[in-house]
Amino acid sequence: MTIDRRQFLQLAALGGGAVLASSLPGCASMGMGSKSDDFYFVQLSDTHWGFNGPAVNPDARGTLPKAVAAVNALGEPPDFIVFTGDLTHTTDNPIERRKRLAEFKEIAAQLDVKTVRFMPGEHDASLDNGKAFQEFFGATHYTFDHKGVHFIVLDNVSDPAARIGDEQLAWLASDLAGQPRDARIVVFTHRPLFDLAPAWDWATRDGARAVEMLMPFTNVTVFYGHIHQENHHMTGHIAHHSAKSLIFPLPAPMSQPKREPVPWDAANPYKGLGFREVEAEDKGARFRINELTVRG
Amino acid sequence: MRNGRRVILGAGLLALAGAAGVLAQKDPRVIKVSTRRWVFTPNHIALKKGEPVVLELTAEDIFMGMNIPDFGVRSDIVPGKTMRLAFTPDKAGTFTFLCDVFCGDGHEGMSGTLTVT
Repeated sequence: MTIDRRQFLQLAALGGGAVLASSLPGCASMGMGSKSDDFYFVQLSDTHWGFNGPAVNPDARGTLPKAVAAVNALGEPPDFIVFTGDLTHTTDNPIERRKRLAEFKEIAAQLDVKTVRFMPGEHDASLDNGKAFQEFFGATHYTFDHKGVHFIVLDNVSDPAARIGDEQLAWLASDLAGQPRDARIVVFTHRPLFDLAPAWDWATRDGARAVEMLMPFTNVTVFYGHIHQENHHMTGHIAHHSAKSLIFPLPAPMSQPKREPVPWDAANPYKGLGFREVEAEDKGARFRINELTVRG
Repeated sequence: MRNGRRVILGAGLLALAGAAGVLAQKDPRVIKVSTRRWVFTPNHIALKKGEPVVLELTAEDIFMGMNIPDFGVRSDIVPGKTMRLAFTPDKAGTFTFLCDVFCGDGHEGMSGTLTVT
């Protein structure tokens, strides 16, 4: 089913230039506006390739391929795709880690989009400080520009203690020094940069320093993963949007004693799993988010 | 000269009083907590509100962390060392402590509870 995204009911308008739209299961086309600077990208997150847990996802090896097929079926291809970490599920075995990264890369290569960006999550990188990830995907933090928007990929997972670290923060400061205060800036990262739920390890120990550096800039939006669900939060004028997972959902922050995966719902398979389209409007000053689900 | 002796004597009495005060303070309670993948032992700790404690932390296998967000304290736990985490709980309730250094497949479940009465 192809649905013009502009037909979706707008649910809410958040600060920070983001507008959420509802979604229907399956695929959607963007129905882009006429402005040449408008574009959209797709965010996928927390695919945890190699995870084995039938109680929370009996189709662990099928969910990512289904998402790839759904992205390929979008009516209008995105300008690029970004995976915001936890591409693979952690393992102590370095050989198995590389096997999982290789298999994930092979599946991601089936995406019919030329530009696909990757970053690690703690499951990919924390046990070897990002060594294996870099062998397959290169740098864990970098920048790129697209149609007037400056994208910054921050690594808050290669340090198992969930720190960005002084060196990378200095690199961030140097990068931002070259940007005008009204630059359109998007940050991709894995963990939340703010203290969403420290008791569930949903935080970045020195994330506040990154947010402080970003604060003088008037157009900043952060997209991240890690928490396996949508969450929308403002730190001042900076909006932070977490993405759903493609392996299992997690409960709302601090809604229960333990952050245990939500069990598979046989009556509603793939419930809580999905990916999103993010449409940049007004030259990247506003972002429209459309959540899509995975279907069997 | 007499005035000088009075000053010295007074200072000495004050020093004694200060020392007595220090001695009267209760030593913090020491609680040993060991870690291994992916458990804290013990994983439930009972404390008294206002009672200073020191958690003596040891790691049996790999590098870990102990974080108690509700009291704003944390420590690395380094194998081969005894780490001391001192704090005084200033509120009653049940609180979570967790490992905040990613340590493998069971990391997400590595937590425990503090009960402060």
